Amino acid sequence: MTTTMTLAQAQQDLVDEFAMFTDWQDRYEHLIELGKDLPLIAPENKVDTNLVRGCQSRVWLNAEMKNDLVHFTADSDAMITKGIVALLVRVYNDRAPQEILGASTDFIDRIGLREHLSPNRANGLSAMLDQMKRYALAYSSKS
Amino acid sequence: MKTKAAPVAKSTFNVEEIRAQFPILKELVHGKPLVYFDNGATSQKPRRVIKAESTYYATINANVHRGVHTLSTKATEAQEAAREAIRKHINAKHAHEAIFTSGTTAGINLAATSLGQLLLKPGDVVVISGMEHHSNIVPWQLACERHGAVLKVIPITESGEWDGQLADELICQLANCKILAISHVSNTLGTINPVKKLIALAKKKGITTVVDGAQAIAHLDVDVQDLGCDLYAFSGHKAYGPTGTGVLYGREELLSRMPPWQGGGEMIDTVTLEKSTWAKLPFKFEAGTPHIAGIIGLGEAISWMEDYDKSAMAAHEHVLLEHATKELLAIDGLRIIGTAKEKVGVISFVIDGVHHYDLGTLLDQQGIAVRTGHHCTQPLMDRFGVSGTTRASFACFNTIAEVDAMVAGVKKAVKMLR
Repeated sequence: MTTTMTLAQAQQDLVDEFAMFTDWQDRYEHLIELGKDLPLIAPENKVDTNLVRGCQSRVWLNAEMKNDLVHFTADSDAMITKGIVALLVRVYNDRAPQEILGASTDFIDRIGLREHLSPNRANGLSAMLDQMKRYALAYSSKS
Repeated sequence: MKTKAAPVAKSTFNVEEIRAQFPILKELVHGKPLVYFDNGATSQKPRRVIKAESTYYATINANVHRGVHTLSTKATEAQEAAREAIRKHINAKHAHEAIFTSGTTAGINLAATSLGQLLLKPGDVVVISGMEHHSNIVPWQLACERHGAVLKVIPITESGEWDGQLADELICQLANCKILAISHVSNTLGTINPVKKLIALAKKKGITTVVDGAQAIAHLDVDVQDLGCDLYAFSGHKAYGPTGTGVLYGREELLSRMPPWQGGGEMIDTVTLEKSTWAKLPFKFEAGTPHIAGIIGLGEAISWMEDYDKSAMAAHEHVLLEHATKELLAIDGLRIIGTAKEKVGVISFVIDGVHHYDLGTLLDQQGIAVRTGHHCTQPLMDRFGVSGTTRASFACFNTIAEVDAMVAGVKKAVKMLR
């Protein structure tokens, strides 16, 4: 869906989308909606080995290589976390490993979700980003 | 219950007057007035405590027990005055029975390591309860591993209390039970445990008793002689004092027999390269430069609490607990974990279809600070079959209006999440 855009464009697209919301409630409601729209992860990929460590809620993140692009699917048992992983999937899904590895992450801040990037161990966003980049790195060394 | 040498007139408890002493309560979070309900993790600090620390650094900063110079003497006097304030507050017999630590965790690690070495042999038993904080589980697991001992656990009932009968049986029937390590108050459930009764039973069997008082010290009148425990650990930062401070109380006779935990400066009498001898109590257990500023701050926090009637503080917190319990239970699908008759102002809850992480995040957006997750009590979460809870924990500076703000915040969050 977003493959016609560059990764940077996909980030900007999200920033613009969130800029429409002026208060926290609308922003979080939208995030929750994005989570609800996240395509289902295949049951065989919703396994403990795909759990992202460092999140208070459970986050499953699966990656596979399809046509030289990294294809991500994800899920979470918490709605806000699912919304956050949905944001990341929207930006990073079906990209070349090198594009993922070279991407800046400042769009999180620009969306107004900076608190989710804090090193507080309850927050999983950094852990999810790291995990996506680890997958990308693994695939880039294979290709 | 507590006998004090010179009873001092207490200040009347007035929550607005109390609040005015806590600078942080004027802070805004996400543009909203801070509602701080995470006192179980750490309490906020009154201005007096903050000032005591900075005044120490600004006027008398020096290392203690070492120098012949004036500042060192003043710093030592201030630190030892704090020790005496603590002695009085917990009604210990001697000031040297209060060992300064970095917190409850350090106190229990000291206890587990040193008592383990002193008492545990292969096949011996250490008894804890199923509601312990990881800090009162893991150090004992390590001690048991080191000495080939076994850890046994008092089961927890549906209401979040010890199974009294099974607790008694464990203590009475185990021939080789050497140590009982239990929390005075549960950090997750708020349950006030009948520690005195179990300690009395343990004493009859010659079992050494260790109490984790982290969640009790700010809320209950703790009298170590009345409790009859051998060791009692608590943190300063949960009782209006600075982080990085804590106390391990120990009966003099037991402390004298216990081997030191950490080696270093200040804890020795003589050192040769072959062997060292230990300093007297409490210094035997206080290796290295202590957190002098923090200890002085802790002394100030203790005397601040002493200025008020702790039972008036507790009564105020109880009103908050009752109000929160009633209002939260009116929310559809909400269940309180921990419904013991005797509780401090801690309320842990789960809501059908709502993840605690989501709830905590949406409350934070409304300026309300609660704790979410397993609260370092994973075995207890397993007992109740939940992955985590949302916990509000009250302090004396909280108000009914804040409880109402939280309840409204929870309702708003639930609406967004369902």
